[in-house]
Amino acid sequence: MASVQWHSRARKYESELHMCRLEVLAVELSDYHPLKAITVTDSKSRRGGRKGSTSSSSSSCSSVAPDPLSLTLDGTDPLSLFAAASETPTLPHSISAGKEEEVGSDFEPWSSKRGEILSRFTTTEKLSINLFMGSDKSKASSPSSAVSEKVRTRLEELDDLEEGSQRELLNLSQQDYVNRIEELNQSLKEAWGSDQKVKALKIVIQCSKLLSDTSVIQFYPSKFVLITDILDTFGGLVYDRIWSMCADPHPLPESFSADDVNDTAKETCLNWFFKIASIRELVPRLYVEAAILKCNRFLTKSGIQETLQRLTAMIRGIGDPLVAVYARAYLCRVGMEVAPHLKDSLNKNFFDLLASFRQVHGESVQNQLVLQRVEIPIYLTLYSPAIHWILQCVAYRAPEDYINCAEIWVEFTCRHFTKREVNTVLADIIKHITPDRAFEDAYPQLQSVIKKILTYFHDFSVLFSMEKFLPFLDMFQKDSVRVEVCKSIMEVFIKHQQEPTRDPVILNALLHICKTMHDSVNALTLDDEKRALSLLINGFIRMVSFGRDFEQQLSFCVEARATFCNLEPVIIHLIHTVNQLAMETRRVMKGNHSRKTAAFVRACAAYSFITIPSLTSIFSRLNLYLLSGQVALANQCLSQADAFLKAAVSLLPEVPRTISIEGKQRSSESFLLDFINNFLSTLLVVPDHPEQGVLYLVRGLLNMVQDYTWEDNSDAKIRVYISALPLLAAMSQESYLYTIPKVDSNETLYGGDPKFIAEINKLCETLISQVLDHLKGLGRDEGVRRQGSLAFSLFGCLLAHGDLRNNKLNQLAVNLWNLSHKHGFCDTRTSVRTLECIKHQAQQADMSHLSDMTARLSLQSRA
Amino acid sequence: MSVSLDIRLKRANKVYHEGERVSGVLLVNSRDALQHQGVSLSLEGLVNLQLSSKSVGVFEAFYNSVKPQKSKLQPNPVEFSITPETLQNVRERSSLPRFLIRGHLDATSCAVTQPLTGELVLESSEVAIKSIELQLVRVETCGCAEGYARDATEIQNIQIAEGDVCRGLSIPIYMVFPRLFTCPTLETTNFKVEFEVNIVIILQDDHLITENFPLKLVRV
Repeated sequence: MASVQWHSRARKYESELHMCRLEVLAVELSDYHPLKAITVTDSKSRRGGRKGSTSSSSSSCSSVAPDPLSLTLDGTDPLSLFAAASETPTLPHSISAGKEEEVGSDFEPWSSKRGEILSRFTTTEKLSINLFMGSDKSKASSPSSAVSEKVRTRLEELDDLEEGSQRELLNLSQQDYVNRIEELNQSLKEAWGSDQKVKALKIVIQCSKLLSDTSVIQFYPSKFVLITDILDTFGGLVYDRIWSMCADPHPLPESFSADDVNDTAKETCLNWFFKIASIRELVPRLYVEAAILKCNRFLTKSGIQETLQRLTAMIRGIGDPLVAVYARAYLCRVGMEVAPHLKDSLNKNFFDLLASFRQVHGESVQNQLVLQRVEIPIYLTLYSPAIHWILQCVAYRAPEDYINCAEIWVEFTCRHFTKREVNTVLADIIKHITPDRAFEDAYPQLQSVIKKILTYFHDFSVLFSMEKFLPFLDMFQKDSVRVEVCKSIMEVFIKHQQEPTRDPVILNALLHICKTMHDSVNALTLDDEKRALSLLINGFIRMVSFGRDFEQQLSFCVEARATFCNLEPVIIHLIHTVNQLAMETRRVMKGNHSRKTAAFVRACAAYSFITIPSLTSIFSRLNLYLLSGQVALANQCLSQADAFLKAAVSLLPEVPRTISIEGKQRSSESFLLDFINNFLSTLLVVPDHPEQGVLYLVRGLLNMVQDYTWEDNSDAKIRVYISALPLLAAMSQESYLYTIPKVDSNETLYGGDPKFIAEINKLCETLISQVLDHLKGLGRDEGVRRQGSLAFSLFGCLLAHGDLRNNKLNQLAVNLWNLSHKHGFCDTRTSVRTLECIKHQAQQADMSHLSDMTARLSLQSRA
Repeated sequence: MSVSLDIRLKRANKVYHEGERVSGVLLVNSRDALQHQGVSLSLEGLVNLQLSSKSVGVFEAFYNSVKPQKSKLQPNPVEFSITPETLQNVRERSSLPRFLIRGHLDATSCAVTQPLTGELVLESSEVAIKSIELQLVRVETCGCAEGYARDATEIQNIQIAEGDVCRGLSIPIYMVFPRLFTCPTLETTNFKVEFEVNIVIILQDDHLITENFPLKLVRV
């Protein structure tokens, strides 16, 4: 086929548009459209029964249809469910046996407290030791007892220290008192050593009785220390003796059970308990039984626990609150030594202490204080060693209990108080759970704390003004948990933040949180996870607005780019943000940039220009180059626009023939064609660079297209060539279809210069001859179907953009029509419509030549 | 010639049940040779009657074989509430201070080997409390057609509260039955051994409030 000469058809876009317009129809807005949001219509206001038809719309009351994709992402995916199931809950320390039943070195022992108490609670008043005597009967028993003399004597045997003797030591100085108690301690050991077990028990009982005496009350804590020393000695002696009874033939192992104990030893042990159970007075009975608590090990497995519970309850019978609190302290002390894992009794002691604390202000205590001339503040300090000790026992390795309570308390605080109180709770949790990294065992509870706070605090400026909130987040040191927490915060932010913000407190905190999420990304992170994180971070960026302070906004984007460099969707979003910023600037300036704003939009362009190359997705880069080029052009940044478009063109050869889309390899051809078409339509308004040749961008693009390694048996290149024809035709018009305000396009630059038109025509002719060569090639092979389709495309292009008054072009068009119909692969309906269209056009002025042509266009040749 | 004989039973707690064998060793300790005519073992049961001045003359008429009884144990908790109005043997009710004590015994039928348990709450009291005690009393009755003798003995007194205890807080009632002074409740035509517990509340002004509960002790 001989080479064709191109002549563009002159276009009158305005009148064409007018003629093309369809008759204007009023579109009913309520008409169904698949993309339209579902809205609720009040079905009652409608007349006439369209039964059932309203049900689907009225059932969903949200104004936005739920996105089915995001719905499926909601909840836990099977993999994480699986992972969650494999995390078996760790057992609390107390369950595991062995060493755990001993207190560790992290528990401050009693021995380090006693010296402190002795030196703190001293007196100069005279003390007395009154050891109740067997002969003093009226004093020793209640007046109620109607008991025979003989029986009574027998009962009181235990209460006597030495039969028939009485000892009341009066006017003792504190040092004397200490010495006397030490003497008693010695005589206890002596009695025990000389096998006088009953005497030893009597000494202990008599000493314990002294603890129900609160005269010289300021000395009571020290008295407690001295006397419990004796009790400790006694407890040790009894235990060791019973233990030694089991030594034959083999010594008992440390972790023995009641089954390993022989009957004789058991009977001896039981005897001790029976003797103690018959001690008449409450206080000595309590103390002495507590002293041999450990001996329960010889009898039953649960003995210690049961005894602790019973003795704890028994203390309620002590009316004097000071005596009671020290009894509790002693019970906690032996409890911790013997079975620190039995937390229940420790807690019960504490709660009972609270329940009975009002006794402190009771009449009995007040009378006593008046009598002893002791002021309430001094009196209250007497409690501190005991309460301190009880609390130390209760709090020992109790972070688990603590955090379970705190988790509940925080909700109460959130609901009824302000951020100040919530902050206090957070501070307290941090304080409690930081030592020994206890937080590592409490992540679920800590997460729940955050969740509850987020339920009640949606104002993030309030939330982040709690100074302990971020330090609280720092406790989440396990990566996966920390990221989870950050995600939950961001989700709430995105959901509830209504207005864009520039609050520095919010921005700093959220940047920190988003950075944490971003930094968790590594080579192993799944794409889904990256996408989810990116979505959240983008949601944050979308909510950042510095209002008219565009410079600030841009520097925020600069910072964000540095912070989130590993998440491509975020970087893409930032580029869009900056482009939008440039367009916003243009809008504010109504298209007339000042020196300052011109510099600013150039800075925006620079931002995009240096950011785009960091992206790995080639189509993201191409599209962003094009978009940024358009934005630059809109802002009259010609050289920047040029740079963007040139960059896009030089990137084209790098486009791979296949790209990965959602994990599948797909041909990139259709994406590339889309991009090129889009690019071509932009080129209409891009003025030629003064230092470059005519149409250098178009030529550059076409050269790239020519050199690109297209798929075998592909018509893509030819389709690009056909697509370029309309652009070139549009460029040769006197007045362009579209232009950019304040940007002179080639229309103005060349002013329809014949040389320019000639260049265009030459280019068109080259393209057409390329297309025709290709069509020829297709005729030889199996490609007749493709041939027909391409021929029809070119025909359409000629019809729309070529000047068919030119005979050669006219003939070419007719040939193409016939070629496309030659093998019968043409869609008849399309052909018929095209013919009708041509006939319609022919009726217009200057178009009569088309009617001649229609005569030569045969419809079908199925031969 | 000094000889000592020591019977050592194998069982440490010395409690035997019907059908069980009593076994052990006899330890004969002698410096010199000891001549003997064989060792024989015999077991005697002994009931020791202590006569009080009131019951002199009654026991002369008393003869009966005493048969131990076995009965089933059924928990029968007892609630109690003590106020000035519930008291008997009060001379001047109007002079009594106001008080309210409530509580319960988990059971009044008790196994001798198990403790007596329950709870007591001092709901209110005008006068401070000095002490609350559990008094275990054994009541022995002998008699026949001519008349009977009743002897009550306190066999144990256990203080469960000392001083002016906290109002509204339950105080445990807990008493171990003394092994030497308790046995299952015994009731025959002529001879009875019964037990009672008194809850004794002593007020600061030395008013004494006593509530009595008959107990039935059994060996299970």
